[in-house]
Amino acid sequence: MLHTLAVLVENHPGVLIRVAGLFARRGYNIDSLTVCMTEDPDVSRMTIVVNGDEQVIEQVRNQLSKLVIVHTVTDLTAQSVVDRELALVRVEVSAETRSVVLQTVDVFRGRVVDMGRSNITIELTGDIAKIDAFVHAIRPYGLLELVRTGKIAILRSEV
Amino acid sequence: MSKEKTGLTGAGILLKALQQEGVDVLFGYPGGVLLPMYDALLDSPIRHVLTRHEQGAVFAADGYARVSGKVGVCLATSGPGATNVVTGVANAYLDSIPLVVMTGQVSTSSLGTDSFQEVDIIGITLPITKHSYLVKDPRELPRIIKEAFYIARTGRPGPVLIDLPRDVLAQVNVEPFPSDMKLKGYKVFGRGNNGKIEEVVKALSESRKPVLYAGGGVVTAGAEGVVRQLTEIANLPVVTTLMGIGSLPFGHPNLLGMVGMHGTVTANYAVDDCDLLIAVGVRFDDRVTSGLGHRFATKAKVIHIDIDPVEISKVVKTHIQIVGDARLVLEEMLDVLPGFTVPLVADWWKQLRVWKNDHSLSYDLDRLTPQMVIEGVGKFADENTIITTDVGQHQMWVAQCYPTVNPRNYATSCGLGAMGYGLPAAVGAQIARPDALVILITGDGSLQMTMQELATMAQNKLPIKIILLNNGVLGMVRQLQKTFCEGRYNQIQLDGNPNFVKIAEAYGILGIQVDSVEQVQSALAAAIKHPGPVLVDFTISPDEAVLPFVPPGNEITDMIVR
Repeated sequence: MLHTLAVLVENHPGVLIRVAGLFARRGYNIDSLTVCMTEDPDVSRMTIVVNGDEQVIEQVRNQLSKLVIVHTVTDLTAQSVVDRELALVRVEVSAETRSVVLQTVDVFRGRVVDMGRSNITIELTGDIAKIDAFVHAIRPYGLLELVRTGKIAILRSEV
Repeated sequence: MSKEKTGLTGAGILLKALQQEGVDVLFGYPGGVLLPMYDALLDSPIRHVLTRHEQGAVFAADGYARVSGKVGVCLATSGPGATNVVTGVANAYLDSIPLVVMTGQVSTSSLGTDSFQEVDIIGITLPITKHSYLVKDPRELPRIIKEAFYIARTGRPGPVLIDLPRDVLAQVNVEPFPSDMKLKGYKVFGRGNNGKIEEVVKALSESRKPVLYAGGGVVTAGAEGVVRQLTEIANLPVVTTLMGIGSLPFGHPNLLGMVGMHGTVTANYAVDDCDLLIAVGVRFDDRVTSGLGHRFATKAKVIHIDIDPVEISKVVKTHIQIVGDARLVLEEMLDVLPGFTVPLVADWWKQLRVWKNDHSLSYDLDRLTPQMVIEGVGKFADENTIITTDVGQHQMWVAQCYPTVNPRNYATSCGLGAMGYGLPAAVGAQIARPDALVILITGDGSLQMTMQELATMAQNKLPIKIILLNNGVLGMVRQLQKTFCEGRYNQIQLDGNPNFVKIAEAYGILGIQVDSVEQVQSALAAAIKHPGPVLVDFTISPDEAVLPFVPPGNEITDMIVR
């Protein structure tokens, strides 16, 4: 099962390799990993989507917590969260397909951010399922390039 | 070269910080980028012991740490100096030994340019260090040193590496930042969970066939006294890992011996048959479980007490888990013990005694056997005597026959199984405890891996007694080839062996040759009586085997016993 872990780490060089090395060495499968600064400039936040059963995830959490540069590890999987991913998608268009491609972009509330002679680039945000669905819908027209950020997530505040 | 007269250098600040941590000795080897360090050392009270190879320095620091309980410290130059410490770092990592390993590095301006003697030692050692630092600003040295020692010795101990660029060491007029630690993400577990303590003691009270399984965590925590109390109050049988040897003194009636691949028959049968296994400071290593975690102690309720949460449920599914310091948790158990009845174990002991009688370790008396030599050494040992060993057959014979009474008197490479550990570890042990009798028991294969440290022994006038069990082969590999390759021996014959007595004499070390049973006692007596270093070369047969032996993949009750 896919788990989403929010990992707060120290913000300095060499931290990413400690985390990535741990996953490689212990044979854990990273589905996606995003990392960037947080509201505290000394702290970065990694959102790691990892695949594994309960026992593996428990090991991953414990191993991550053991790293000196890791402050906290939170499993967001069973919690109420807002999660998003950003994708940039370049699609081939011709006179015949242009309007249907743009319609599809509209349905998914995407935005055209670049337009070439024979292709357009679309920006799309949403949860993973939405982006998967868009890619699926657009692929028959000629998917040229796909860039995805990987998931980021934040806990919903208590009502 | 920068001098202290112009103010504090980075190296000067580093040495002061080491003094703050109580460091009295460094094991090391100089090199180009370390010139500022060795210059500053001239003005420092810290003793520097020059080994003959950086691997010797890190193993000596490891031996020092094991017998003193303090953090061992070593120093190596950049590039090859740094790569030479890698084996020792891995050794300390796998056995959870507190080390601070300092390596020189090229100047910060040259980093990443493949300059002379540059290697990314932080990258190389990432998977085998508890933590590491690349120091880029000498003002941070007091904090980094403080953190490094704290991380190395607390919780589950381990090696911390500090990479020191030349310009950081050489910088003059440094005004250091405060040494306050910034370790927001570092957690140390102490006392266990109280609710679970009651649960554990209740399980013990209701058990009819309990076994206590003690490992290195007992030694680290200094829990051997509590283990003994608990054992005697509840009449618990005890098995130990190689790391846990000495958790209960050799010869104690409740000690069943080592468990696992070369464990005693009784210990392995007991673990397999018990209804309650109290695992303390262990990690269910494959040398214990035979790589069959799911078929280990299957009739038992398993209680796992360990300071490292990562070890919980890593290999074996356990029933009650307590994360905490072994001594504190066992003391909590002792506190609540009076509220429960002691377990009824008379029948269990009857069974254990039958196994013990049927399968006692024995050896021939009419020829020179390694066991005879090791037991002979044991007769000369007092409660302060330290044994170090190398890796291979002799290591297992020592584990089986040497009467270890105190775990701090015993240093051997367990998890990594690094041949060449024994001699430098003996050097470190003798320097840590100059008044103790230090005996290295080794083999002819292992000794030749770090034999250059005989010079370190000689230079520092260390009266170490070297007991060489010389069979002219790589005995453990030979035994494996005999068992698993139908005796198709390959590359185990050490025909180019030197005359070890003459080697010893060349270093000014007394050498004694022993070829027969009759000479054993007198040679050992002469070696112990001699005030200086001695090497005694015992010729043993290459056919001596380590038994019992659980072939990897077999259940631990499925042993070759003769």
